[in-house]
Amino acid sequence: MPELPVFPPTVSPEAKPFWDATAEGKILLPKCNDCGTVIWYPRTTCPECMSSDVSWFEASGRGTIYSFAVVRRNGGPWRDALPYVLAYVELEEGPRILTNIVDTIDLECGQSVEAVFADTGEGNALVRFKTV
Amino acid sequence: MSINGKAFIAGAYEHPDREIKGKSLARIHAEVAYGALQDAGLSVDDVDGYFCAGDAPGFGGISMAEYLGFSKLRHIDSTETGGSSYVVAVGHAAEAIAAGKCSVAVITLAGAPRAAGMRVLGGGGGRGRGWGDTPEVSFEGPFGPNVLGFYALAARRHMYEFGTTSEQLAWIRVAASKHASHNPHALLRDVVTVEDVLHSPMVADPLHRLDSCVITDGGGAVIVVSPEVARDLERKSVKILGHGEGVKHTNNGHIDLTYTAAVISGKQAFEEAGVTPSDIDYASIYDSFTITVLIQIEDLGFCEKGKGGAFVSDGALESPNGVLPFNTDGGGLCNNHPNNRGGMTKVIEAVRQLRGEANAPVQVPDCQIALAHGTGGTIGARHGSGTVILGQPDA
Ligand SMILES: [Zn+2]
Repeated sequence: MPELPVFPPTVSPEAKPFWDATAEGKILLPKCNDCGTVIWYPRTTCPECMSSDVSWFEASGRGTIYSFAVVRRNGGPWRDALPYVLAYVELEEGPRILTNIVDTIDLECGQSVEAVFADTGEGNALVRFKTV
Repeated sequence: MSINGKAFIAGAYEHPDREIKGKSLARIHAEVAYGALQDAGLSVDDVDGYFCAGDAPGFGGISMAEYLGFSKLRHIDSTETGGSSYVVAVGHAAEAIAAGKCSVAVITLAGAPRAAGMRVLGGGGGRGRGWGDTPEVSFEGPFGPNVLGFYALAARRHMYEFGTTSEQLAWIRVAASKHASHNPHALLRDVVTVEDVLHSPMVADPLHRLDSCVITDGGGAVIVVSPEVARDLERKSVKILGHGEGVKHTNNGHIDLTYTAAVISGKQAFEEAGVTPSDIDYASIYDSFTITVLIQIEDLGFCEKGKGGAFVSDGALESPNGVLPFNTDGGGLCNNHPNNRGGMTKVIEAVRQLRGEANAPVQVPDCQIALAHGTGGTIGARHGSGTVILGQPDA
């Protein structure tokens, strides 16, 4: 599998705890203290109950593939990475997150995966996944 | 309040070109706006409402109003829902007319990605930055989510949950190609087979190149008028019976890829029109990809959820003999997808069918009720949908 390009994110003030944790190989998720909702993508206002009382907890890093695409055409920095896998992974904690599967294109929906972290060089990492 | 019967489409114009060099974006908007006004038998002095979307250059429609010579505007709307904007705009124009806010509304779309060098979908997608303060971009852009990938994600999940196959998707392209063969303006006029689709290169598994729409320049415009204005025009108008719109997104990490916002927009449009899917004689269904058509057909209620694959097979979408004649101009898959926004041409072909002016071999006989549906954005993440149901002037 070719190496995937790594793009540093724009770190919003509200998502900084998420990004900081990725530097240590952890996935921190925001959870609403009022209604218990796990929030994705990371933000500190609850889209279910409007609360801004949100705390962070560590996710397991395990999940299953909800859906995946083997992208065979793209330009720019992605050209050299073709084919690559774009996927939604459903975390054990619930959220379905957009990501890449890095180790194979031979996949199935429902397959188990675990997080890997791609250092951006800016004090954080991208959360990608590999099969287990 | 209902808009049923309160507004009419009096003019429609699709730019005849598919590649346009040496003209500004404003000029192409002018060509389609004037084309539609002339089709209706109206002039710029009659226009008191203007509707445009993100493709219009300048300041939210105000620059274009000046360029086009609209000096009597009393209503303006620049709602942006991507490719479905122009279907939504038909509904918004009908609402404004029903409320007495304007009586002659112009809706325009234009663009020229092909002249700018764009030949294939899916180039350049995905970075961590850009798009200003767009809140989701850092959680999606770094993973290379181009349009091909997003639609392939939806196709894969549909196949996984319902057993939908690539062969079934291919039938959608086959029907579109047969229709396009009768359209002298269509970009692609060759009839293709299921095998041709399956043997075309994979662009994002499970989607093939021939599951994808064309990239074209041009655009179109429609004129929406009050019943009083319609009555005095010589040209046949089409009655707006119902409209609905909807937004669907990733829903706090709980995206469900098996349906689209057509569930929301279609339901409203059918209720307002007082008709059911079985009453629809002709349907313009947004066709950025074959999978877009299949999922929306289910969502609009033409068949049960998950049964779209069986429904679209074996020529069911071919006009005039299929169960649901669709996209008789060849659609975005074969004819035209101007500026990567297919909603306008969906409305225009529905108007042609109701006027009896579709290309003769694909004209639906005695077409009484037509539907036009658009999806803008991506069904793989977030999008806006618009549905309109149209009928004969005496419907
Ligand atoms: Zn909450």
